[in-house]
Amino acid sequence: MEGVQILVDGFAISALYALGAVGFTLLFGVSGVLNLAHGGTLVVAAMIAWLVATGLHLGTATGALAGVLAGLAFAFATYAAVVRPIQRSRAIPREETEIFILTGTLLWGIMCQTALAYIFTTNPITVPALIGGVVPILGVRTPRNEILIALACWAVIGALWLLINRTRTGKTLLAASINPRGLTLLGFELSRVHLLVWAIYGVLAGFAGVLLATFLGASSDAVGPLTASAFSIVVLGGLGSVGGSLVAAYIVGYLETLTAYLVAPTLRSIPPLIILILVVYLRPQGLLGRR
Amino acid sequence: MSKTIRASLWQPSRRQVLAGAAGLAGMATVPAAVRAAGEPIKIGIIAETSTLPGAAIPKGAQMAADEINAAGGVGGRQIQLVIYDDHVSAVEGVRAFQRLAQQDKVAAVIGSFISEVALAIEPWSARLKMIYITPGAASNDISKHVHDDYDHYKYTFHGWFTSYFIAESASDAAHDILVDDLHMKSCVVMSEDAAWTSPLDDAYLEFLPKAGLAVLDHIRFSPDTTDFTPIFNRIEGKKPDVIITGISHVGVVPTVQWKQQRVPIPMWGVSSQATTSDFWKDTNGACEGVATQTGAGPDSAITPKTIPFTQAYEKKYGITPAYDGYSTYDLVHIIADAITRAGGSTDPDKLVIALEATDHLGTLGRQKFYGRQDRFTHAFEYGPDLMPGVVIQWQNGAQKTVWPKKFATAKVEFPSFVKLPS
Repeated sequence: MEGVQILVDGFAISALYALGAVGFTLLFGVSGVLNLAHGGTLVVAAMIAWLVATGLHLGTATGALAGVLAGLAFAFATYAAVVRPIQRSRAIPREETEIFILTGTLLWGIMCQTALAYIFTTNPITVPALIGGVVPILGVRTPRNEILIALACWAVIGALWLLINRTRTGKTLLAASINPRGLTLLGFELSRVHLLVWAIYGVLAGFAGVLLATFLGASSDAVGPLTASAFSIVVLGGLGSVGGSLVAAYIVGYLETLTAYLVAPTLRSIPPLIILILVVYLRPQGLLGRR
Repeated sequence: MSKTIRASLWQPSRRQVLAGAAGLAGMATVPAAVRAAGEPIKIGIIAETSTLPGAAIPKGAQMAADEINAAGGVGGRQIQLVIYDDHVSAVEGVRAFQRLAQQDKVAAVIGSFISEVALAIEPWSARLKMIYITPGAASNDISKHVHDDYDHYKYTFHGWFTSYFIAESASDAAHDILVDDLHMKSCVVMSEDAAWTSPLDDAYLEFLPKAGLAVLDHIRFSPDTTDFTPIFNRIEGKKPDVIITGISHVGVVPTVQWKQQRVPIPMWGVSSQATTSDFWKDTNGACEGVATQTGAGPDSAITPKTIPFTQAYEKKYGITPAYDGYSTYDLVHIIADAITRAGGSTDPDKLVIALEATDHLGTLGRQKFYGRQDRFTHAFEYGPDLMPGVVIQWQNGAQKTVWPKKFATAKVEFPSFVKLPS
C-alpha cells in the first residue's frame, strides 16, 4: 500500500520536476545560457494564473493560459533586458560573458522575487485544480489533478520531443546546440534561433509554474529554491542533455518521495543533494552529459 | 487587495516627517504648555505585512488610533502610529525596535505575531526600558522571562494567549464537541516546527488525553514543506478520528492538499491564517470545514465591542481581521488608557504600573495582565469571564463560532469527504 502510494506520489512530483528542468537545460544546450532567474519565470506564471483565475474570476483555464503567456513574456523580458545586452556589450570581454550572464540573471531573479513579494506578499498561493476529485489507483486515493499534472507534463515533453526531432525548426535548434558556427555558415541567423529557444523555454517554464501552483503552491520565497532544484536536476542529468534531465528528475523526485515516506518529510531535500555532490565528484559531466 | 498595504504603510512615517518639520517650525512661537498638550503620542508598530496574520497588525492599530483621535485623543493629544515592517526577520525586528525607541521616541511598541521575533525584541525592551507588547506571538517563554527576571523584563507584556492556554482552550473545545457530541476517541497532533509550537505541543499532549482524545502520533514538520501527501498518509495510517493542528506560518498549502487529496479526517486546533477571510481566497475555498481556536470570530458576541469592530474592519479593508487584528486594536486602547491613568505620562516605569492595573473591556473580552507572582507574568489572563477564547469554523465560505456554546452561532459541520465516527 505504502509502496503504491510512493510510486503514485513520486510519479507526479517527478513529472513536474522534469517539466520544470527541461526548458532550463534546453536553453543551456542551445544558447549556452544558464538562466538563474528560472524560479522567477515559474513563480511569475503561477502568480498571474492565480490572479486571473481567482482574482479576476475568469476561470482556471483562462488563468492557466494567462500564466503560460506570462511565463513567455517574462522569458522574453529576461532575454531582452538582461541576457542580450550582456551578450552584445563590447565592454565585457568575450570570455567573461558567461559569468556576467550568471550574475545578471541571478540578480534579475532576486529583483523578481522582491517585486513579487511586494505585490503578492510572501504567502503561498494555489491555482484552483483544473479538475477536482479523487480516483483510487490500486487502493491509493489519488487526486485527479495529480494524474492530470503527470499527463500534461508528459504531453508537453512529448510535444517538445516531436518538435526537436521531427521538424525543421527543431533540427535547427539541435544543430545550434552541436555546432552554432556551422549553422551560421549555412546562412541561419543565430539570434533568431536564440529567440526561438527563449520562446520555447518561456512556454515550458510557464506551463510548469502553473501546474506547480495547482499542486504544491507557489510563493515569492520559492524563486530561489525552484532555481536550485532545476539546477541540481540539470547538473545531475548532464548540462544541456534533455534526456539526462528527464532521468535525473525522476531520480530526484523518487528519492525525495522515498525519504519523505520512509525517513522523515523534513529531510526530503537532503539525499538528492548528496547524490549531486557524488556526481560532481565522480562524473562531473553528469549522468548523460556530453563532455 | 491587501497586497498594497506596504505602500500605504510607509506613508504615515513620511507624513509624520512633514508633521515633525512643521512642528519644529512652530515651536519658536507656541508657548511650552500648549505645545505639550498638542504633541502627539507616538506608538510604534512592527508587523510582517506580507503574511496574513501580520497584515492585520497595522490595520487593527490604525482603527484604534483613528477612533481615539476622532474622540479627541488622549488628554487632547493625538495618537500617531510609526509603522515598520520586519519582513519576518528577527534582526530587522530588533532594528525596527531600536529605531522606534531611540529615533522615533515612541511611548510604546506593539509588534510581531512571530515568537522568534518577539523573543529577540524582548531583551531590547529590557535594555532600552521601552514598553513592548506582542499582539500575537504565543510562546510561553515571553512571559516566563518577565516572571524570572521581573526587574529587567517588566517592560514586556504579552497581549495574546500563551501557547499553554491556546492548547487548553482547543482541548476543552475538543472535549465538548469532538468527544461529547461526535464521539471521537483519538487524534494525531500535527504542528509546524516553530518556537510557539514547542510549548503548544507539550500542552496538547498534556490536555488532549484528559479531554478524551488519545494521541496516536505527534508530527512536527518543517515550515518549508510543500508536499504534505507523506504526512497525511502517515496520519491516515494511524486511523485517528481528528488531526489536531498547530499551524500559523504555513496554512495554505496543507489546507489545499488536505482538500485536494480528500483526506477523510477533520482538522481542528490552531490554524492562524484561517482567522482572516483572506485565507478563503488564498485557498480557493479549500479551508471549508477547517476549525481553529482564536480570540474571536466575526460573529462572536463576546463583548458589545466585538461584532461592531469586525464589521467596521471588514467595511474598511474588505476582509475579516486575522486574530491579531483584534488584539492589536485592543492593545492600542489599553496603552492609551494606561497613559491617561498615568496622568498623561509616557515614562516607562509609570506606564508599567499603569498597564499592570489594566482592566479593559476589549473586543476579545475583559482584559487583565497576570501579576508578578503568576506563572505567565504580564500575559493576558485567560478564563471564561476574562478572555474566553473561541473556536471558529469555516462553513459555506463564512467563519462561524462553534465553541463555547455561549457564543456559538452554528453547529460543527465538516465537508462530505470527511468521515466521522459512527
